[in-house]
Amino acid sequence: MAEHGVLTPVAPPPVPGSLRRRRLLGLALLVAVLVVCCLASIAVGAKAIPLEGVWHALVNPTGTEDDIVVRSLRIPRTVVGLLAGAALGLAGALIQGHTRNPLADPGLLGINNGAALFVVTGIYAFGVTTLVGYVWFAFAGALVASVAVFVLGSVGRGGPTPVTLALAGAAVSALLAALTSSVILIDVQSLDAYRFWAVGSIAGRDTAVVGQVQWFLLAGLLIGLVGAPALNALALGDDVARSLGHSVLRTRVFGIVAITLLAGSATAACGPIAFVGLVVPHVVRAVTGPDYRWLLPASALAGATLLLAADVIGRVVVRPGELQVGIVLALVGGPFFVWLVRRRKMVAV
Amino acid sequence: MTQLHDPSPPAVQGDATVRLRADQVRLGYGDRTVVDGLDLDVVAGTITAVIGPNGCGKSTLLRALGRLLKPSGGQVLLDGKRIDRTPTREVAKVLGLLPQAPSAPEGLTVADLVARGRHPHQAWYRQWSADDEDAVAQALEWTGIADLAERPVDELSGGQRQRAWISMALAQGTDLLLLDEPTTFLDLAHQVDVLELVRRLHAEAGRTVVMVLHDLNLAARYADRLVAMRDGQVVASGGPAEVITEALLEEVFGLAARVISDPVAGTPLVVPIGGHARST
Amino acid sequence: MAVLDKSSPPRPAAARVAGRPAVRIGPFSVVWRPRTVLVLGIGLAVLVLAMALNIGRGDFPISVGEVLSVLAGGGDAGQRFIVMDLRLPRSLTGLLVGAALAVAGAITQSIARNPLASPDMIGFTAGASAAAVAVIVLGGGAVEFLGAAGLPVAALVGGLLSAFAIYGLAWRRGVHGFRLVLVGIGVNVTLTAVVHWLLVVAGITEAARAYVWLNGSLNGRGWDHVVPVAIALAVLVPAALLLAHVLGGLQFGDDTARGLGIPVDRSRTALLVVAVGLASVATASAGPIAFVALVAPQISQRLVGSARPPIAVSLVVGAALTVVADLIARTAFGATELPVGIVTAVLGAPYLLFLIARYGREARG
Repeated sequence: MAEHGVLTPVAPPPVPGSLRRRRLLGLALLVAVLVVCCLASIAVGAKAIPLEGVWHALVNPTGTEDDIVVRSLRIPRTVVGLLAGAALGLAGALIQGHTRNPLADPGLLGINNGAALFVVTGIYAFGVTTLVGYVWFAFAGALVASVAVFVLGSVGRGGPTPVTLALAGAAVSALLAALTSSVILIDVQSLDAYRFWAVGSIAGRDTAVVGQVQWFLLAGLLIGLVGAPALNALALGDDVARSLGHSVLRTRVFGIVAITLLAGSATAACGPIAFVGLVVPHVVRAVTGPDYRWLLPASALAGATLLLAADVIGRVVVRPGELQVGIVLALVGGPFFVWLVRRRKMVAV
Repeated sequence: MTQLHDPSPPAVQGDATVRLRADQVRLGYGDRTVVDGLDLDVVAGTITAVIGPNGCGKSTLLRALGRLLKPSGGQVLLDGKRIDRTPTREVAKVLGLLPQAPSAPEGLTVADLVARGRHPHQAWYRQWSADDEDAVAQALEWTGIADLAERPVDELSGGQRQRAWISMALAQGTDLLLLDEPTTFLDLAHQVDVLELVRRLHAEAGRTVVMVLHDLNLAARYADRLVAMRDGQVVASGGPAEVITEALLEEVFGLAARVISDPVAGTPLVVPIGGHARST
Repeated sequence: MAVLDKSSPPRPAAARVAGRPAVRIGPFSVVWRPRTVLVLGIGLAVLVLAMALNIGRGDFPISVGEVLSVLAGGGDAGQRFIVMDLRLPRSLTGLLVGAALAVAGAITQSIARNPLASPDMIGFTAGASAAAVAVIVLGGGAVEFLGAAGLPVAALVGGLLSAFAIYGLAWRRGVHGFRLVLVGIGVNVTLTAVVHWLLVVAGITEAARAYVWLNGSLNGRGWDHVVPVAIALAVLVPAALLLAHVLGGLQFGDDTARGLGIPVDRSRTALLVVAVGLASVATASAGPIAFVALVAPQISQRLVGSARPPIAVSLVVGAALTVVADLIARTAFGATELPVGIVTAVLGAPYLLFLIARYGREARG
């Protein structure tokens, strides 16, 4: 039965011509949609800018009002969305592969809750109130949380296994969330600042934010993508991977490092954004099959597309206001996910 | 003499009663039909082995006989009554089954596992009656694992674990038993152990057994009756000597083989002709 | 039973099964499990002690003896007011809510065969949160109109609605455990987004109030909170105990369970209704006290050494955990009263970590 198959690792099958065609076609389509989303993200907003205006601002800016909006607001925001979406999509595919659990999400490593606690601490104890100021706190928190989860998940006799990681993640997340709540409940000002960070948004992010996280993001992308062949072996089970000559521990450590860098910097830049990491690999897997050499890059592209599309939607639905991208993603993504679960047999990891 | 393409099994002599009957059943998962228009009678006091290549619908048939899978056409009759219209607990008092690769929760002891086989005889106020205890003790003895009673199931070896699961089916106290590949993952000695146990259940306790088996030689030796399936159809059925023939092996498995007489039991013994075997 | 009649058993028919001594009185019979009885006894003792301390301690300390004398009808008017109108109903709410959450968690963990499948994780209480926060944030006049009962009623309705939505959406020729969890995650994410959005659009006062509720709090809970949970427990806990004997079979997976004569879909539906009822009523009274439903059944299972979370022991452990947490939340931080849910999380999380470290072998695979 299909549902039972979900947790059973499946070997990458030999690539028939039709699958290769489907992958290439899917990839081409994805890139096209992503380009459209980028343009829409630059054009759409409180002040709509026609495509000629976008072109003008990109290629030959002369300092018109449109040029300024595009270059100082829309482009940084789009870049942040692009990078964060790609990071979350890739991190989701990585964590689902490493835990062999199709329900895993980068949040499993406590990243969101770690970032939240440190941001709240920054607000409460150090009076930080700017988006740029949050970035370092959030990143440090994500790092501390995921290291804690990994170390605690590894202390059992079997080393870091999918189940111990999930349990450690749940425990650490709960603890961090409780600490975050205590701070917020003591200080109303912290709550006031925190609640706007906690929804997850790319509005108002400027080039300074990009500058702070870009190197971590790129390192994460690189480490994550390089691990694809090892992840293919790991999908067959730890023992098979070992017998094929892979070091399971090293693969897993690098995987966790990549996930932390990716999801940590995405969370640092945008606040906690649920769902991209969970749902993107599911959808992508239906097209690419379980081969991580395709799945990982495609998940990155699809993550970026999804995040930008959701952000554009958030700008138009409640005009003149904006709905934060984290909320749009959950409101649209939740029902979509339910529909997906009902409609199709969930694809094997 | 092989009865190729004969959908209705041969009548069994004497006062034999049909315990379980598949009547023109159509079986499948979702839109995929695996078995179509199949007839099968299971006669009281026999050991029936269902054989056939991988994916031929053996396990699907067994699931339908055990009311785990509802036929989309035709019907399954248990003692003459439609099995899907009989309360499932009543069925469980007559028919026990062992699915392929069952899973036990972590930390469950052998005694607790076997005791759960008593479920159809229990109620919230009657959780461990003297009858339950007798049946469980006996089931443990039958399979020779009484000394493992307090060990967790997950710490047992493959052979011990399989015997624990068979014990559970025995403790259920049914005289009909359906076993789906009871010898999978066992070494030859343990396979023989399990099948000897099945034979003793049949000989000493009068159980009627239907099992799916992969090993043709063991099937020929331990079953009274073989049912050979291919592509969701019964291709042949009858005594081992009638079914296990060179022609049938060629037709059902695409296997070139010699059939000789088992020097120990006198049942048919399949000797594949290597190098000339074709894949299915 | 053919096997008893026709076989020649190697041992006499009265053979005992190692590890399963029996207690039999008339038609009643159970396996005698001394460890369960011991754990149950200790749990009850801890619970009584925690209740006495929780009622006695506070800004206006009352000794255990005085508490008992008030309960017996004595004490002065001030003590009577503090005990009978303030601390006793509050502690009782904690006790009952903890018990309800733990039983609900024990059921869902057994059905889903997953230690992380507590009602809140599957999204069964997300609707309660969304409804309660909506009432706090958008309600305004409506809250006053509905009176004190408005918030719990909204939470209860929201919780039940979200649970039925999850169940209905997961239904496709029966409810498969895994599909239920997946659909629950989807619904949970959506409703959580609604909560986040409400918190952003709210005024800061309402947001703070909503946040306290979201963390699970027993502050100011009175008899009108005790009664509904008590009624729910009185009806649903016996139902859970009656249904519990099929849980063992359900744990084997659907095929084996059906083979044992368990009507799998019907049993699972009945058990889920019980779990949802308990979790919804508890959440409506005290907000989502998250960790109790997750941890109490797991602690109980380890203490008893059984293969699934035991219902009765979970009930006692959940109640004790919540009352102890409330005692700490009320008294450990001077004037600041923390929501009880924060303390249960801080207490429960390290325990879960300890389990991982100690039972590394269990986590394999």
